[in-house]
Amino acid sequence: MTKRLIYLDHASTTPTDPRVVEAMLPYFTETFGNPSSFHSVGMEAKKAVAEARKSIAQRLNAQEDAIIFTGGGTESNTLAIQGIVRAHRAAIAPAKPHVVTSAVEHHAVLEPLLALKKAGEIDLTIVPVDAFGMVSGKEVLAAVTDATILVTIMMANNEIGTIQPIADIGRGLLARRKERKTVYPYLHTDACQAAGFLSLDVEKTHVDLLTLNASKIYGPKGIGLLFVRRGVKVSPIMIGGGQERGIRSGTENVPGIIGFAKAFALVSEEREAESARLTVLRDRLVEGLLAIPKSRLNGHPTERLPNSANVSFLDIEGEAAVLYLDAEGIMASTGSACASTSLDPSHVILATGLSYEAAHGSIRFTLGHATTAEDVERVIAVMPGIVERLRRISPVNLDMKYFEKTTV
Amino acid sequence: MINPPTTTSTQGDVTGAGTQTGKGWFYTDTVKDHFFHPKNFMDDEAVYRAQFPDAAVGMVGSPACGDAMKIWIAVDPETRRIKDLKWKTFGCASAIASTSMMSVIVTEGEGKTLEEARALRPQDIMERLGGLPARKVHCSVLGDKALRAAINDWYRKQGETENIEIEHGRVIDPETKVTDHDIEEAVLDGCDTLEKVQAKLKVGIGNPACVPEVENLIRFYKEKYFGA
Repeated sequence: MTKRLIYLDHASTTPTDPRVVEAMLPYFTETFGNPSSFHSVGMEAKKAVAEARKSIAQRLNAQEDAIIFTGGGTESNTLAIQGIVRAHRAAIAPAKPHVVTSAVEHHAVLEPLLALKKAGEIDLTIVPVDAFGMVSGKEVLAAVTDATILVTIMMANNEIGTIQPIADIGRGLLARRKERKTVYPYLHTDACQAAGFLSLDVEKTHVDLLTLNASKIYGPKGIGLLFVRRGVKVSPIMIGGGQERGIRSGTENVPGIIGFAKAFALVSEEREAESARLTVLRDRLVEGLLAIPKSRLNGHPTERLPNSANVSFLDIEGEAAVLYLDAEGIMASTGSACASTSLDPSHVILATGLSYEAAHGSIRFTLGHATTAEDVERVIAVMPGIVERLRRISPVNLDMKYFEKTTV
Repeated sequence: MINPPTTTSTQGDVTGAGTQTGKGWFYTDTVKDHFFHPKNFMDDEAVYRAQFPDAAVGMVGSPACGDAMKIWIAVDPETRRIKDLKWKTFGCASAIASTSMMSVIVTEGEGKTLEEARALRPQDIMERLGGLPARKVHCSVLGDKALRAAINDWYRKQGETENIEIEHGRVIDPETKVTDHDIEEAVLDGCDTLEKVQAKLKVGIGNPACVPEVENLIRFYKEKYFGA
């Protein structure tokens, strides 16, 4: 019997749902036209894109023309950040534009911000998080100044699953704007991880910009969107043929857009049932993993994504554990420095106050459609042996206090 | 609440192609073999101590910087050959495989003499592993340093202090045991920023207090060799 492959890395990417693939197929070879063309195959493509846009807009409770399709989550985040800063800096002059963000944002938010800061284009405030990785709405609001043009806080964290109080922040910013009679600051949220699990209703969250991508919700890779509230000006990154209201030039990725809309429709319909199902599996997984000595759950105990479990094990290094898991047919990921492109372990786990020592031993399991109760039991059965093996060859025997505070 | 650690960008500058060159991400079959089936690791120290009461020990790295290695050697005082080498490693696959391979190289045949073992270079370990991804090279450097620390410890226990070889240069970061000499070599290899030096040597990652001194040294060696 071949070993069943257990994919528990859905926060990295999801497989494309066969129903999504099916919906996309005609747009490769039959309805392949360029939506900007005036002939029939172009018009058909244009109509399909319009329908997809409408379907997504409805589910976001947004206007159709507020949806800008992009090449993915990273592009949407850069477009939101650079686009807002560059479209509004004249309005805020002579003050330098100020942006508020959190310490646990995805690199696709932090890096564009740090690059703008380095170039002298913005001042930046990075608001810390608590031990559960949650930002305080009050602290975010307190960081806002008269020069703040953008607040960007993710909806849910990709590494530890903590859900941020976006609606609270949105309400607070609305009140501030009203009081000061200004349109600033705008609120952007990266909702890529949240899309399959939380309501993205832009009227309830009060966001002005929202990033979404298809490859985390069983859609194809290479397609994302930025919701831009009507009336909010955004400078384009790419200019050319003027597609997407001139905000994102380039021929539309028609099959991608169709697949994106189909995927979003499916996860939206299945959202509540799937969230309930995965919450049970996640809690069982966490319970099983925490039975291993010297382990700790990273992230919020309750305010976390239904599919996300991130656990640190002392005295072992994450990459080694992930490779041992892989040899067992279990695919997970780690916040260890060894497995990333940077030298430091996960900035998210460090921001929660965990020591470098404990951050190096963090393993993330993110569940998805295919995950079964048997899969979870298999992880729970296999993990203690892996941790024990790696601890046997490790010269390190740390005290539990390394879970408490940053020691450096 | 603590201060967020992310305050500097490492991207966004114009860089030439090839900053991520090297052998990519994948491990050779030899690396995998040594990772999944490590050779000569220290399973039970009490048993080992009973067998080799005079074993010498060397340790480098720290769990904060992501790698820590400890090495025990048993040496024949007559032939000065390493009869036995055991190790423990906290680290990624390449760190574990490097230490395991080093233990094989040092003990194969009749065992290396202390002087032969001292001459072992990280490149020799990597070669036998069939290569390591570019960003993992430091893992084999650490194993090599742990071995030399154990050799010094053996001489110290023998009272042969004249044979203790102090690493050339001055230790800048006690955790990684990186010296000013290592930083000099890194700069000569083209590491012209703190980020690049850290990518190579891991200096100051778990011990940020030494970072200002590292930066000074980078500046000093850049001026010395490149006049910039």
